[in-house]
Amino acid sequence: MSHSSGNGAKRELSLTVNGKPETVRVFPMERLLDVLRQELGLTGTKEGCGEGECGSCSVLMDGKLVNSCLIPALQAAGANLTTIEGVAEGPQLSALQAAFLECGGAQCGICTPGMILSASHLLKKKPEPTLDDIREALAGNLCRCTGYMQIFEAVAEAARRKSSV
Amino acid sequence: MTEEHIIGKSVPRKEGRAKVTGAARYIDDMTMPGMLYGATVRSQIPRGTIKEISFDAQINWSEFVTVTAKDIPGKNCIALIGDDQPCLAEGTVNHPEEPIMLLAHADPHLLRKAVDAVSIEYEPLPAIFTIEESERRSQIIWGTDNTLKTFLISKGDVDSVWAKADYIVEGEYTTGAQEQLYIENNGVIAVFDREQGITVWGSLQCPYYVHKALMALCNLPAEKVRVVQAETGGAFGGKEDYPSIIAGHAALLAMKSGRPVKIVYDRLEDMTATTKRHPSRTRHRTAVSKDGKILGGEIDFTIDGGAYATLSSVVLSRGTIHAGGPYYWPSVRIHGKAVATNAPPHGAFRGFGAPQSLFAMERHMDRIAQVVGLSPVEVRRRNFLKPGQTTTTEQTIREEIDLGKLLDRALELSDYTAKKARFARENEAGPTKIGCIKKGMGIAAFLHGAGFTGSGERYLASVVAVEGCVDGGVRVLVSSTEFGQGTNTVLCQIAAEALDLPYDDVRIAQPDTNQVPNSGPTVASRTAMVVGSLVRSAALGIKQTLIASGALGSSYSPQEFRSACRAHIAAHGELRCFARYEAPEGVFWDDQKYRGEAYASFAWAIYVAEVAVDLSTYSATVEDFVALQEVGRVLHPVLAKGQIAGGVAQGIGFALYEKVVWQNGRMQNGQMTNYIMPTSADLPPIRVFFEEMGNVHGAYGAKGIGELPMDGPAPAIVNAIQDAIGDALGTRFDSVPLLPEHIFEAVSANGER
Repeated sequence: MSHSSGNGAKRELSLTVNGKPETVRVFPMERLLDVLRQELGLTGTKEGCGEGECGSCSVLMDGKLVNSCLIPALQAAGANLTTIEGVAEGPQLSALQAAFLECGGAQCGICTPGMILSASHLLKKKPEPTLDDIREALAGNLCRCTGYMQIFEAVAEAARRKSSV
Repeated sequence: MTEEHIIGKSVPRKEGRAKVTGAARYIDDMTMPGMLYGATVRSQIPRGTIKEISFDAQINWSEFVTVTAKDIPGKNCIALIGDDQPCLAEGTVNHPEEPIMLLAHADPHLLRKAVDAVSIEYEPLPAIFTIEESERRSQIIWGTDNTLKTFLISKGDVDSVWAKADYIVEGEYTTGAQEQLYIENNGVIAVFDREQGITVWGSLQCPYYVHKALMALCNLPAEKVRVVQAETGGAFGGKEDYPSIIAGHAALLAMKSGRPVKIVYDRLEDMTATTKRHPSRTRHRTAVSKDGKILGGEIDFTIDGGAYATLSSVVLSRGTIHAGGPYYWPSVRIHGKAVATNAPPHGAFRGFGAPQSLFAMERHMDRIAQVVGLSPVEVRRRNFLKPGQTTTTEQTIREEIDLGKLLDRALELSDYTAKKARFARENEAGPTKIGCIKKGMGIAAFLHGAGFTGSGERYLASVVAVEGCVDGGVRVLVSSTEFGQGTNTVLCQIAAEALDLPYDDVRIAQPDTNQVPNSGPTVASRTAMVVGSLVRSAALGIKQTLIASGALGSSYSPQEFRSACRAHIAAHGELRCFARYEAPEGVFWDDQKYRGEAYASFAWAIYVAEVAVDLSTYSATVEDFVALQEVGRVLHPVLAKGQIAGGVAQGIGFALYEKVVWQNGRMQNGQMTNYIMPTSADLPPIRVFFEEMGNVHGAYGAKGIGELPMDGPAPAIVNAIQDAIGDALGTRFDSVPLLPEHIFEAVSANGER
């Protein structure tokens, strides 16, 4: 559920989401998370805590990893966003998605979109991460199901596959 | 029978693709036309009488739908085991956050303001918050004596053992509340229609529990209540009973407004208002011979149930039965007791009482070892249950379990002996000064019963169906739910195996009480073993039907099966087989005396923790963790490993990080910022191993797995911390969570700096 309609009238917001230009009318202080989920129907981005602790709402904004529950809508004006819906390459799962599926990286699935975006952010910066790199990079994404071990395996496996391409 | 082709293989999770692409639809991802949002006005005090409810005139209340207890068409209770918990408080409140009134509005922002604009005037009553206060009975808040439930297990002649004992070892152990902390909060959507009745979609474990609760609350017949499970983002027991409450609230608002109503909690509301693991206190008094054998003992296991009985009786039952651990007790008396306090009711959480009583048992074994002068390994080895011996409920162990062998393997995998010796030398040699790190090794041996206790499965009489579909595929129909553990995948594997079909030819229906039979609740590590067996029977029924009708030969290709299936449906309209649970013959259980076959099977495990304690920060870190278990046949290695690693992580949180801070019965740290669960950076390598000993239980030999890994980490870790710090100065660690401040207090109280 959304928290902050904020004050003031709705304003126009233009941004690019998963490569597609979008214009929506939003309250300036509305959370980016709510804009994505409610205005754009991109419900793959999840809310777990609403205070930037759990990372379930992680998206990429101009290449940076952000918690979309902490971003006021207008701060995303003109930004280029990637959500989980933009990760697959057409019908083909990305290497990370496929590895999460095979290695048991997704159990209940609620943290998975944010986790995959965090992991993809890591692999962009460090295509061949060590286990410690992975542990560190994912420390802002809480998972209560897996104990993280199979998520680490999935990220390492995706990195292996990408580097062997 | 051909060789198994799908069982034991790590096939892709059925709903996995939807989960990794973000397409999976959880409750908060769904909306309905004309939908309102619902919210709950809750008690601000632990106990008292409601004198007046007033409404701030700033709000235009005519825009809001309001519901109080007076609007309830049926009985004002959450029907579960007993009916003592009201759906909405009427006249009195018995815990903080108790629901008093419901509001709905199309705008969630206005709704939030409106909740704050309701003022409730109370006449406060004295409240009680601990097991000890409840036992003192200065205030009676439940029944005649604050006792929600008691059990007594009595085996052999305990009274005569004390005189024969070389040692009498006593100890008291406590565990704290623990939040399930599924990442998806509780949520539901309810829709009411005069003809069709009430329909609820929700994040939940047990559709038929919600169904039963809504029938009583809404005063509707079974066919006018429909419950559908949406994709569920974690549960761990936390969505076993609570969804009946939130579904009831949404249903009442939907009935009054005539519009769909969504209630999704935010994190703070979910953490402060919904259930947690029961806090516990266990006292042991054990008679031990000079060679370290348990002769008998008394165990007093008490849990804090919170303000209403809810699931406390069954949590207590499991905790009481597991209190003796995997050991042979020639005689024992176990008193189990659940008491009421003015806290929100505690409920189901993975392990269900067993992590509490097993923490005590496994800490106590180390104490026995110390008193007798044996190693923790040896004292366990001398007392392990063996096939042919009986448990505390006098259940004869018929499985070919060899706990000594399991222990040997765990010690080898963890390099226990060499490391323990090395750490002892280094701890001794290193100066005990600020900055010093001490290391230790700890073990825990334990068991976990699969399925409902005693006669539970017989009463449940679960039913499953398997049907052939018009496209020639097969569909499994169960009310057993997926919330991460792998229900969908494992049940489809079992049906595919039974039917000699490819895994992709089998799918599973969404749990919807209008569509699926009642295969029981998804709890108690029962799904793979109990429901799995029924799915296998029903699937074999399909096969036999097609073979008997001559449509199929005794061996067939998937294509031949599909044609036969289509032809059968064309001729007869449908192809559906049911299977109902039947208790095995000769199983004896006495519900009054708590004696007999408590569980159809047990899973067994030895866990080993390696821990470092930093004596400058007093923080303890788990550096390596070995989890070795015997769970029968491993149906799906990746899922099984994931269950164990996830449970161990929760167990590490239970031991070292997760403290619920209470004030006047209310959780004060109901945010992820201040309630600390393990992150990826906090955990050691969790190394998971299975031993398969060829059991005959369940589908293809599977036993229960889901709850087991919650039981072992806390005692293994605290045993390791004790090993690191040593107990020469009388420092004892007998409570979890064990935070740095507790280690600091214990160590400095004993003069070791």
